[in-house]
Amino acid sequence: MRLVTVAGPPSCGKTSLLAKACAELIAGGTACAVIKFDCLQTGDAALYEAAGVPAWAALSGGLCPDHFFATNLEEAYAWARDTGAKCCVIETAGLCNRCSPHLRGALALCVIDNLMGIEAPGKIGPMLKLADIVLVTKGDLVSQAEREVYRHRVGQMNARAVIRHVNGLTGQGCRELAAILKKAPDIASVTDMRLRFPMPGAVCSYCLSETRIGSRYQKGNVKKAAFGGDHGE
Amino acid sequence: MASNAPALRAIAVTAGRDKSGRPEAMDISFSPGMITALLGPTGSGKSRFLQDIESLADADTPSFRRILLDGVLPDPDRRFDLQGRLVAQLTQNMNFVLDMRVHAFILAHAESREADDPEETAKRVIEAANGLAGEPFSPGVQLTQLSGGQSRALMIADAALLSWSPVLLIDEIENAGVDKRRALDLLLKSDKIVVMATHDPVLALSADRRLVFENGAVRKIQTRTPDEEALLADLLTAEERLSAIRADLRQGRALRA
Ligand SMILES: Nc1nc2c(ncn2[C@@H]2O[C@H](COP(=O)(O)OP(=O)(O)OP(=O)(O)O)[C@@H](O)[C@H]2O)c(=O)[nH]1
Ligand SMILES: [Mg+2]
Repeated sequence: MRLVTVAGPPSCGKTSLLAKACAELIAGGTACAVIKFDCLQTGDAALYEAAGVPAWAALSGGLCPDHFFATNLEEAYAWARDTGAKCCVIETAGLCNRCSPHLRGALALCVIDNLMGIEAPGKIGPMLKLADIVLVTKGDLVSQAEREVYRHRVGQMNARAVIRHVNGLTGQGCRELAAILKKAPDIASVTDMRLRFPMPGAVCSYCLSETRIGSRYQKGNVKKAAFGGDHGE
Repeated sequence: MASNAPALRAIAVTAGRDKSGRPEAMDISFSPGMITALLGPTGSGKSRFLQDIESLADADTPSFRRILLDGVLPDPDRRFDLQGRLVAQLTQNMNFVLDMRVHAFILAHAESREADDPEETAKRVIEAANGLAGEPFSPGVQLTQLSGGQSRALMIADAALLSWSPVLLIDEIENAGVDKRRALDLLLKSDKIVVMATHDPVLALSADRRLVFENGAVRKIQTRTPDEEALLADLLTAEERLSAIRADLRQGRALRA
């Protein structure tokens, strides 16, 4: 089954694009299934189902959604395979900008919208830098000049990626996206695949649901920042 | 690769079909430096026509048109590179949203285009925009603080002088609060293929030719006749008179018949 990971900041248009592209794939005879990993709540599974795309949402609750994604990938992949899908798409939550769900050997997409500010492509880090394809949405809300400058900034952050302007509302570019999904690497199993970027190494008291503030409650892998003095590294 | 805009000598749109399946009147070709106006009521097929160009249609849209670049169907690599970028659009959007100052923004755009002298290019764009805008603005102002007319003037100047795309599509500059004649002059010099949807008689008659749409297809191509040129001159005089009256009224002067 082909495997695609999709990352991007909240509400940037991931579901809008994927629902249309997957519906296009299904109409063309390629079965697909989507798994959405999120934190506390999501209506995404219903949005996919409404577009005729089999979907499952998995919520991490009290855990980091990116760690939760890595922990549950084998099971998610198995679920998608059981639906009869030939293409498995994973939409992640993209909450903290620190992580990236992208895997070596699978197709990696990053979605970013035109409204997030000129520094956003720099800020979102590995989910953009390590993507194979960057999809830029909401071009309908900005000027041609802004689209071109923003695209250039995205290209500076990831010179390797193919950058496409797409529109989640009108579906412009979704047919081409479907053609790209159709060519994602076909893999036999996710077991032993590797993340392109390591997740944060931290087990501290807050990882274990500590809620109180104060040094005396902090145990394990605790990092203290420097304040004042020289700025910089 | 991304920065160097394609040199394009001609785009041709092959005749397709209208909404009832009847064949379209003719193939239509476009070349740089030419302004074409699109006319016809809402729903007559102007947007479909523009989308066909933008998506490099290959008999795969409801109109069954094909787009030829420099006389040939683009190969898959060329399609992939151009799709969604062939056409720069100036829609009726009147405001910027990006958090940058005018000068830094235009400079970044000039740099992304690998302009020989980005500073000089940025200066030219901002000057041109100030020539179109009612009230001038300073290069240090935030994009988001520009008025509607100033934003639109900057968008037009930037599209004419800096946009990557070889085709420029303009939706109704008449409502933009900019000097439309000067805007048109600037666009004419841009060496782009300019296509303009308009309801304004002056703009429509200023175009080299007009495509008239009906029932999803081009029904007619009209080139400007000597008669229409004379009419355009009359209309321009009338418009000048109108703006003189407007200015007098604004300043509280008494008017005579
Ligand atoms: N104007 C405009 N709106 C868009 C576009 N793409 C998506 N939207 C809107 O943006 C909102 C969020 O879209 P979603 O597709 O749910 O975004 P998402 O990235 O899946 O969001 P989460 O999964 O909740 O993080 C919706 O209201 C969409 O209709 C676009 O290209 N243009
Ligand atoms: Mg979503």
